[in-house]
Amino acid sequence: MKHSGPEERRERGFYTLGLGLSVVLTVASFASVMTGILPSAWVIPALVVLALAQIVVQLRYFLHIDFTHQKREDLQLLLFTVLLLAIMAFGTLWVMADLGDRMM
Amino acid sequence: MSDQQTNMHPGLNLGYVGGGKHEESKVFGFWVFLMSDLVTFGLVFAIFGTMRNATAGGPGAHEVTELRSIAIQTGLLLLSSFAFSWASLAMKYEAGRWRFLIWFSVAATSGLGFLIFELLDFHHLIEIGAVPQRSGYLSAFWSLVGLHGLHVAGGLLWIGVLTLQILKFGLTDTIKSRITRLGLYWHFLDIVWIGIFSLVFLAGVA
Repeated sequence: MKHSGPEERRERGFYTLGLGLSVVLTVASFASVMTGILPSAWVIPALVVLALAQIVVQLRYFLHIDFTHQKREDLQLLLFTVLLLAIMAFGTLWVMADLGDRMM
Repeated sequence: MSDQQTNMHPGLNLGYVGGGKHEESKVFGFWVFLMSDLVTFGLVFAIFGTMRNATAGGPGAHEVTELRSIAIQTGLLLLSSFAFSWASLAMKYEAGRWRFLIWFSVAATSGLGFLIFELLDFHHLIEIGAVPQRSGYLSAFWSLVGLHGLHVAGGLLWIGVLTLQILKFGLTDTIKSRITRLGLYWHFLDIVWIGIFSLVFLAGVA
């Protein structure tokens, strides 16, 4: 077994930082629901923000998506997919909620 | 050879793999598959969103959510994703197949643990009558959580097959390229789980 070089230690530190941030965000999500420290109207927005933050953290630290030039194609693919998905998912929620209101 | 120059795709540096450009395009192709899978998950999320109040007098979010079990599942899947990245590093820095397999099996074991806790939860749901045909909410719930669980089960099968290949052939370039794609898939499943535990379970009982 070879000794780990500085490059390997740097990458390990990078992944560990990603894990640490993910753990902090996960604990914050569970705490916001289980402890009741937030006003109830704020819990859902807080959950959405914490989930989005953790998704960005994991994309950055575990899947290495960032703004360096070589990886831009993957970032563009991801962003385009998210755009299509946002149109379809938001459209579904909007249409169905509107239909639900009119059926009342 | 610096990391920045050779990393043409996210995740692992494949600069050392013989195939070069060809392997890069395989990884990019796998990203296209993952993004199509993301659309599938996203639309099942949207259906769940339209069904979140359609409980028809049956069990709702408070009855189906066992927060302690969800917390354990979240921890196990995060650990699994992290262990996979250390396995990837062992592969990248030529640490030998045994150190790779140790981390690979940590990833597999915690993934299996996730699935066991999920199946126990499903078993409990069936016991209290929260079956998919009970209400629109439960149909959407089982579709979404079950779809993710099936992906994890498929990933475990994939890990098993690759482990056998590694034991038989060693860490050859072809197998390294397969491990890279499995890694993308495995990290992707953890990202989908963030959406599920936040929006289905935590937001359900908030």
